[in-house]
Amino acid sequence: MSGEVRSSASTVPQGKAPSAEPPRPAPERVSPRERRLPYPIVLVLLGAALAGAVVVSLAVGSVSLPPTDVAAILVRQVVPGWSDPGWPATYDTIVLDVRLPRVLLAGIVGAGLSAVGTALQALVRNPLADPYLLGISSGASLGAVASLVSGIMVLGTLATPMVAAFVGSMITLVTVYALANSGGRMTTTRLVLAGVAVSYVLSALADLLLSTAADPHLLSSIRFWTLGSLAGAEWRTLPIPTTVVLLGLAALLWRAGSLNLLVAGEESAGTLGLDVHRFRTGMFVLVSLMTGAMVAVSGSIGFVGLMVPHAVRMLVGADHRRVLPTAALLGATFLIIADLAARTVAAPQEIQLGVLTALCGGPFFVWLLRRQARRERAVR
Amino acid sequence: MSHHEVHPAELDIREVTHTAGDREVLSRVSLTAAPGEVVGVVGPNGAGKSTLLRTAYRQLRPTHGRVLLDGTDVFRTPRRSLARRLAALPQELPAEFELTAHDVAAMGRTPHRRRIGRDRLGDERIVTVSLEMVEMAELAHRSFDQLSGGEKQRVLIARALAQEPGMLVLDEPTNHLDMRHQFDVLALVRRLNVTTLAALHDLNLAARFCDRMCVLAAGEVAAIGTPAEVLTESLLSEVYGVRAEIGTHPRTGAPTVLFGN
Repeated sequence: MSGEVRSSASTVPQGKAPSAEPPRPAPERVSPRERRLPYPIVLVLLGAALAGAVVVSLAVGSVSLPPTDVAAILVRQVVPGWSDPGWPATYDTIVLDVRLPRVLLAGIVGAGLSAVGTALQALVRNPLADPYLLGISSGASLGAVASLVSGIMVLGTLATPMVAAFVGSMITLVTVYALANSGGRMTTTRLVLAGVAVSYVLSALADLLLSTAADPHLLSSIRFWTLGSLAGAEWRTLPIPTTVVLLGLAALLWRAGSLNLLVAGEESAGTLGLDVHRFRTGMFVLVSLMTGAMVAVSGSIGFVGLMVPHAVRMLVGADHRRVLPTAALLGATFLIIADLAARTVAAPQEIQLGVLTALCGGPFFVWLLRRQARRERAVR
Repeated sequence: MSHHEVHPAELDIREVTHTAGDREVLSRVSLTAAPGEVVGVVGPNGAGKSTLLRTAYRQLRPTHGRVLLDGTDVFRTPRRSLARRLAALPQELPAEFELTAHDVAAMGRTPHRRRIGRDRLGDERIVTVSLEMVEMAELAHRSFDQLSGGEKQRVLIARALAQEPGMLVLDEPTNHLDMRHQFDVLALVRRLNVTTLAALHDLNLAARFCDRMCVLAAGEVAAIGTPAEVLTESLLSEVYGVRAEIGTHPRTGAPTVLFGN
């Protein structure tokens, strides 16, 4: 067809701008792409920001360490014998054993939440989706709480809450999707309402379960964790969420083209070669697995999956092949910084990370909602 | 750019019936389109035009009957291979995700692309040419959400063209278009060497651009044939319930409906 495309294109009158529609004010029509930084530069800058956030996060705390020493300690882990340790041996302990697991977990959870948010937004075709807003995090929490309170640990104390959290998030996601989709078109209102309603019911159930818990110590630690916190991070809790999130990211990246097609619409995606039903089922499982693994170690940290994908689309456009890696980098950086703030702003007290992200995310959500309403009015 | 020549496809809809609940939306509809032919589907609202098209682009499995593309049942063709042969324009818009016009048109290359890896240079050329064909190349990097309804429609047509199909299925492709672009789009379809099945609202446009027309009424074929054969005063009063005279266009010779109710 190539030949035909070219020859017939030449018969189209050239050089005539489509003039039939009235011109609109210039600012609206500025190309979004022309304002953007080139993609590789975005990646390099974000990579540098992530490295900076890691080093600063490791340096700041109840004991402040010089960032250069922190950087040297990290490099020595990769290149043994690099630079002479001119710092006290306790620095190694503080950086590597105390702070690094928490910073790594913040990075993993930040990247994972952002990727999951991106995928969910494509799945429901609405930029107002996020694992927290859709109640999926609450479902995962409920699952994990149920396994902790009941004390049933068939798969060990680490994996059992995660599997329970996965089951909880999967059931919630399917329920919310069905509710929002019932009776035809999925609107923003219906989606958000379904998410909020389901989320309330699940949180109430989790509280009910907690009130039956006998051990007051367990109770307070669970309460703290359900609000979203990385305070429990240890080396031994890291491998499972890290593996799940990294494999999940790879899988999402592999199907990034299909996520693009979903945005085009269900029928269009079908006519462009995607088995929408099967793909969506697979994505539901993947997103639930990732959410379950993250919530089991960090509780419900809201709005990261809402804010990061949105910011990323402004940076690199809407192509998921670019959005996903960028969102992972930005999300990791964001949550590392947010967690740093959570443990330092009110030191020695710690603020829950989920509370902090909600403080940024809530207003952002309202802004998005207002903007969408304005656009919908403009269309009419 | 791909070096193969795309041949127009042959469509054969055989006795398709579709039942939704206990209502027969389509009853034993048969319709063919020879390679390169442009066939219009017309009829009042709710006659089953979209349903018929959806069975043709494999979105809706008919309760009875078959849809064959080049002799093969579309429901037995893997989706990706079908997408390289048949492009469709359903009546839906992409979600508001900061997509550019170019992003939307480039989706048309997806069935031709490997899952991982960079776009080939040829893909980019085809997307550009497709946008040029609908006169949207200059607006390629504008945000899709901020385009007018007509501009959006043309970008979606560019997406279908970027699939390099042998068969086009278009559901009301002239919706939201002003008169000039209605003409341009149908003239473009006419010029392409691609078999086309299009649901159209405007009888005069259909008569002007289609080789053959199929009139649907309440899920059944009321008439099928060349525009001159199909557009009769009795058919219009029977199917649409309007009184109209049929004239002949002084220049094109196409039958023209003159409403005089």
